[in-house]
Amino acid sequence: MSRLPEAFAGDDPAFIPYLAVGDPDLPSSKAYVEALVKGGADCIELGLPFSEPIAEGPTIQQAVVRSLSGGITPEAYFEFVDDLDVDVPLVCMTYYNLLFRYGAESGTKAGEGDYEAPGPRPFVKRAAEVGIDGFVIPDLPAEEADELRAACDEFDLDLVFIVAPTTTDDRLATIREQVSGYVYVQARLGVTGAQADVSDQTAESLARIADWDVPKAVGFGISSGDHAARVVSAGADGIIVGSALVDIVADGVENDRPTADVAADLREKARELKRGAVRGARESPEAQGE
Amino acid sequence: MSSDSTADGKFGEYGGQYVPEALMPAIEELRDAYERYVLENEDGFMDEFRERLRDFGGRPTPLQHAEHLSDRYGREIYLKREDLLHGGAHKLNNALGQVLLAKYMGKERIVAETGAGQHGTATAMAAAHLDMPCEIYMGETDIGRQRPNVFRMRINGAELNPVTAGRGTLKEAISETMRDWATNVDDTHYVVGSVVGPAPFPEMVREFQSVISEEARKQSREKFGTLPDSVVACAGGGSNTMGAFARFVDDEDVNLLAVEAGGSSLAVDEEEGVAPNSASLSTGGQGVLHGARTKVLQDEWGQIVESHSVSAGLDYAGVGPELAHLVDEDRVDAVNVGDDAALEAFHRLSQEEGIIPALESAHALAFLEQVLGPAADGDDEAADDLGDRIVVNLSGRGDKDLETVIEETDKRDIPNAPDMSEFAGGL
Repeated sequence: MSRLPEAFAGDDPAFIPYLAVGDPDLPSSKAYVEALVKGGADCIELGLPFSEPIAEGPTIQQAVVRSLSGGITPEAYFEFVDDLDVDVPLVCMTYYNLLFRYGAESGTKAGEGDYEAPGPRPFVKRAAEVGIDGFVIPDLPAEEADELRAACDEFDLDLVFIVAPTTTDDRLATIREQVSGYVYVQARLGVTGAQADVSDQTAESLARIADWDVPKAVGFGISSGDHAARVVSAGADGIIVGSALVDIVADGVENDRPTADVAADLREKARELKRGAVRGARESPEAQGE
Repeated sequence: MSSDSTADGKFGEYGGQYVPEALMPAIEELRDAYERYVLENEDGFMDEFRERLRDFGGRPTPLQHAEHLSDRYGREIYLKREDLLHGGAHKLNNALGQVLLAKYMGKERIVAETGAGQHGTATAMAAAHLDMPCEIYMGETDIGRQRPNVFRMRINGAELNPVTAGRGTLKEAISETMRDWATNVDDTHYVVGSVVGPAPFPEMVREFQSVISEEARKQSREKFGTLPDSVVACAGGGSNTMGAFARFVDDEDVNLLAVEAGGSSLAVDEEEGVAPNSASLSTGGQGVLHGARTKVLQDEWGQIVESHSVSAGLDYAGVGPELAHLVDEDRVDAVNVGDDAALEAFHRLSQEEGIIPALESAHALAFLEQVLGPAADGDDEAADDLGDRIVVNLSGRGDKDLETVIEETDKRDIPNAPDMSEFAGGL
C-alpha cells in the first residue's frame, strides 16, 4: 500500500529530495537518507542508477557513474531499501529497461518455445515487498505505461508522471488518466541540474493542472531555499530537489570528506530547502487570501 | 509501404516511444510532418528531396557486377555502390532527408550524434548545403579513431561537441544528443543517424534510406532481368541494412542477410560490463534503449554493456526495432563475422576489385568469404540461401578507416594484407 499521500498530508508543503543509491557506496547512502529525513524530508526519491540516464544533466550522470562503479545492482538496491529505517514514503526513480528486464530470462526470441517476454511486474512486486511506495520513470511516457500502471495497481503502488513545459493539452489528459501519488512538474526544459534561478514557466505549468486532484511537486533546477519559496508561492504542493544535494555528495567524494560531515551538510541543506518551502506557503496568494 | 509499421510506431513487439515527456510533443510534431511531407509529398517535399539527392548527392549509385569476386565464389556478385554517394557512404540519404524536413518544419538548428563520423559528416554537409546551423556530438574515443571525419565536419562548418561519458562511443553520443534536444526542443531538430530511436525515427530513416533498395530492385531487373536471390548488408544500428532490404521485404524469394560485427568474441563479459562484439540481433535480449524497445546488449540486470567492433560504425549495443522484428519473423537472417575476417575482406576487395570499402561494409563481404570462399565453413544452408545472384550493399568507402586498418592489421595475422612496415613512420 502506497504511503505517498502521507507526504502531502501535513499543513506544510512536501520536501522531496533525490539521491542516487550507492553514490558513492551503500553505507554512505544510508547515512545520507537518514540525514535528509532529519532535515525535514517528507518523501525520498531513491535513484536506481541506469547506464544510459538520458534525462539527467552532468551532476546526476556523475553520481550514476560513481554508483555503478561501486557495483550497485537492482537487487542490492532492493536490499538497501529493505534495510532502511526511515518513516517517510520512498519513490523509486530509474529508467524503464531495469524494470523491464528484472527477473527476465536471457532468451532472445519472441514466440520461441516457452520464452516469456520480459515485463515490469516482477520488479514492481519486489519493490512492493521492500517498501517502495511509487515510481518515477523519466523515459516512460504515459503511452507506453499500460503494463507498469497495471502492475502498480496490482500491488497498490503509485506511478508518478512528469509534466513538461512542452506538454500539450491532449497529452495532459492522457497523463491525468495514468498518474497517481503526485505529478512531477518539470520547471523548465532540459535535463536535471541545479540552476541559478527558477523558471517563470513553473507558475504557468501549475496553472494548467490546478484542478487535478493529485498533489503537484515541482522539480528541475531548485537549489536554494529562495527557489523553494518561489515555487511553492506559485502554487506547488511540494518541491523535488536532486542535483543541489548530489553536488554536496560529489564534493564529499572529491575532497575525501568523512561521511558524517557530508551527512551534516545534507541535513543543513535539507533544512534550508524545507524552510524555504514553508515560507513560500505563507506567501502564496492562497495563504494571503485567508 | 513495403514493411510493417503502425501509427503507434510498433514493429510487432518492438519500437515505441520511450522518451522523456518533454520530447513527446516534438516527436508528435515530427510524426505529423513525416506523414505530410514524406508520405504524402505535401508542398512537393519528396520531389525536392529526390532532386537534391540526384544533383547534390549523385544518385542513382551504380549496381556493379564484381567480376573477380564472382569468379572467386562461382556466383554472380553485384555491389550496390553507396560508397559512391556524396560523402562516401549511404548516410547522406537520411541526413539530407531529415535536414530538409527540419527546414520544412521551420526548425532553426540541427543536432546529431555520430559514431564513425559518417553520419556526422553527412549531416554537416547537408546542413551546409541547406544553410542550417549544425552541432554534432561525438564520443571522445571515436574522435580519436576517426580523425578525417572530424576534420570534414569542422570544415563543413559544424560545431563538434566531444562526449566524455562512458567509453566515449556512439551510445554515449546518442544519450548526449537527446539531452541537447530535450533542452532546445522548440527550435531544434535531432537528425537521428540510424533506424533507431523513438517512433517515427526508425520508419522515417528507413524510408529515406529505402532509395537504396528501390534502385537496386530496378537495376537488378535491368542487369539480369529478375530480382536477386539474396541481398547482404552489414548491420550496426541498421540504416544501410533497412535501406537495402526495405523494397525487397515483400519479395519472399529474395533472402535478406544482416551481417553483424562479431568483434573478437560473441560472449558478454558480465564482470566488466563489456560485450566484445556488436551482435545485438544475434545475441542480444529484448530491452529498451534510446527510445525504443529492441534487441540490446545488456547484462543480467538490464544495464547496457559496452559493445565492440573494429568498425566504429557498427559499434553499438542496440539495433533498429524493425530489423529486430524482421529477424524474429524469420524474414531476415542475422549472421555475424569477426574483426579479423572483416579486415581480410577489406584487403581483398581493395586488391581484387580496386575498391577500398568501409570496415562496416567489409563485414558484409566477409560473410561471402565465410560461406563461399575457399576455406568456407561448410554451411551449405547459408550457401543455398545466398543463391546465384547476390547483391551486397557496399554501404561506404574506406578512406576514413585507413589509420585503423593499418594499426589493426599490424596487430594481427591478416594473410592478404600488404606489408606497410617500410612506410609506417611516414604515415
